Amino acid sequence: MDTSFFVAWMEEIATAVQAQRDHLTQLDAAIGDADHGSNLDRGFGEVRRALTDSPPRTPGGTLVLAGSTLIRKVGGASGPLYGTAFRQMGKSMGETRDISLAELSAALDAALAGVQKLGAAVEGDKTMVDALAPAVRALAQAVREGAKPEDALSAVAAAAQEGAKATIPLQARKGRASYLGSRSAGHEDPGAASTALILSALRTAGFRTW
Amino acid sequence: MVGIVLISHSARLAAEVAELAAQIGGRDVPIAAAGGTDDGRLGTSITKVSDAITTVDQGDGVVLLMDLGSAVLTARTLLDESPHPRVFLADAPFVEGAISALVTSGAGADVKAVLDAAEEARHIGKL
Repeated sequence: MDTSFFVAWMEEIATAVQAQRDHLTQLDAAIGDADHGSNLDRGFGEVRRALTDSPPRTPGGTLVLAGSTLIRKVGGASGPLYGTAFRQMGKSMGETRDISLAELSAALDAALAGVQKLGAAVEGDKTMVDALAPAVRALAQAVREGAKPEDALSAVAAAAQEGAKATIPLQARKGRASYLGSRSAGHEDPGAASTALILSALRTAGFRTW
Repeated sequence: MVGIVLISHSARLAAEVAELAAQIGGRDVPIAAAGGTDDGRLGTSITKVSDAITTVDQGDGVVLLMDLGSAVLTARTLLDESPHPRVFLADAPFVEGAISALVTSGAGADVKAVLDAAEEARHIGKL
């Protein structure tokens, strides 16, 4: 997976977030402050602009630039969280120009570690970690089994989507929804839903570039 | 003197708490508000936080107070990404912590004492 793959990933995220903007905002209106869709739409729009203005030379450079842009431009909690996730991914890739599935797996692991260090959330807290952690495990398993890249990315997307849906009955223990206590149960977590979108876009980027 | 930065989702909330603290504790202490996003929405701007630290840093250290959510995450991200050896995050109530920190800084305390004063503010009862 080269730089153009990761640029395609960012473009696919921007497209998916734009299409799902109102859905994400509705999820956030139920248990948060109803800005998740618009914040992410603005953020990934800025990422798209940044990548066009200063085209990166490496996969790692692509993700570091995307992460820095999200940190500066989003304004809500998703900015530092996704920003840190992409920056940690990018840093773990170093200067490598062609990322293997195993390297992608290590990068996603670094993203999860960065998010958990910053937000101190664990699985079951009803956050983005509930979608990200199963996706990280699915990719590690696919690498161990020697899966084909398209199958591995499909497994990542499926695990993230399942993880997001599994947040519905949970009571939030982190983030704005945690102020609602038991009233947060019965709604899908918007951060987990957007993480599932972002990781599903990885598979779409694969189909587009391979 | 130790500088103080107030980080809030709301530009007005941060500015008004800064004003209240200065009115009670004196106007000599460097204090800056970093509230809202760059384009005037509710939220947090890492650029505003970074600029506010520069404004109040006199070389004796800076204590940051945050309201909640993205204010906390943005402040932590800033310090994770670029180490500021004399800058500390206070796990403190926003209003009471700001006043305690400002009064303590005004008395000439060092940065650790100002940080402690902000954090201890949570234990001061009201009733």
